[in-house]
Amino acid sequence: MNGRPRRSRSQRLTIVNAMLVFVIVIVVLQLWLLTASVNAYLAGDRAIVLPAAAASLACFALNAGLLRYLRGLDG
Amino acid sequence: MKPAIDPLPAGQSAVTSGERPLTAPDGRPAAGQPKWRRDFPIDLGQDDVVSRRELVRFLVLTSGAFVVGQVWLAIKSLVERAAPPAPALAIASTDEVPIGGAKVFEYPAGSPPRLLIRTGASAFVAYDQQCTHLLCPVIPMVAEGRLHCPCHNGWFDLATGRPLAGPPRRPLPRVTLEVRGRTIYATGLEVSP
Repeated sequence: MNGRPRRSRSQRLTIVNAMLVFVIVIVVLQLWLLTASVNAYLAGDRAIVLPAAAASLACFALNAGLLRYLRGLDG
Repeated sequence: MKPAIDPLPAGQSAVTSGERPLTAPDGRPAAGQPKWRRDFPIDLGQDDVVSRRELVRFLVLTSGAFVVGQVWLAIKSLVERAAPPAPALAIASTDEVPIGGAKVFEYPAGSPPRLLIRTGASAFVAYDQQCTHLLCPVIPMVAEGRLHCPCHNGWFDLATGRPLAGPPRRPLPRVTLEVRGRTIYATGLEVSP
């Protein structure tokens, strides 16, 4: 026996659904971050912009990791 | 989207795609399938999986676009922080603006219009003329101690520029002033959160 056992289609579908929910939540969080950052920037609060960019980058890295995991699910 | 069975030529056995054998949902080879399935050999379950994965890919792309926006904002913020402040600029003489009156000026040159308002014999304030809601020009109402935006009935405090009522949520950016003799100089910009 080599590697992990192959998951059934319904199992994979459940995982894909769960990943989809994760990604949607993270993207909504990023949208909120961008909105709040633009609002703060226009109000002259520059201090918030860099941490917000770092947080958004971390969210993207998480999303990319989830996508990579999903691709690995078929391999 | 991969076909569940080999559509052509009819009568052949189920095909393989990559490592996985693709068969019809009932497990019979393509030769035993009805014509409609050979013409449209897409399995519904598999179609759902692919669609969800495409949506995930699209969302990750959207996520990347948000990062680009955030990074652009951060770079813009850093560049503005590094830029030297604009030099003082003579914008009016004290005789030019009567008490309760106002004058539009640009500071620095080429900027959006700013508003110099005389609130007393030796009291001047200056703000952006554009409302922080949707950029309509604000009107000073010195007797009431307010600035009014007629587009959406927004109100700002004349002394501080803070929003008092209506849709604006951010204060008007303030221009700092200095009176030397009879000349009024704009010396800087204050954008308070």
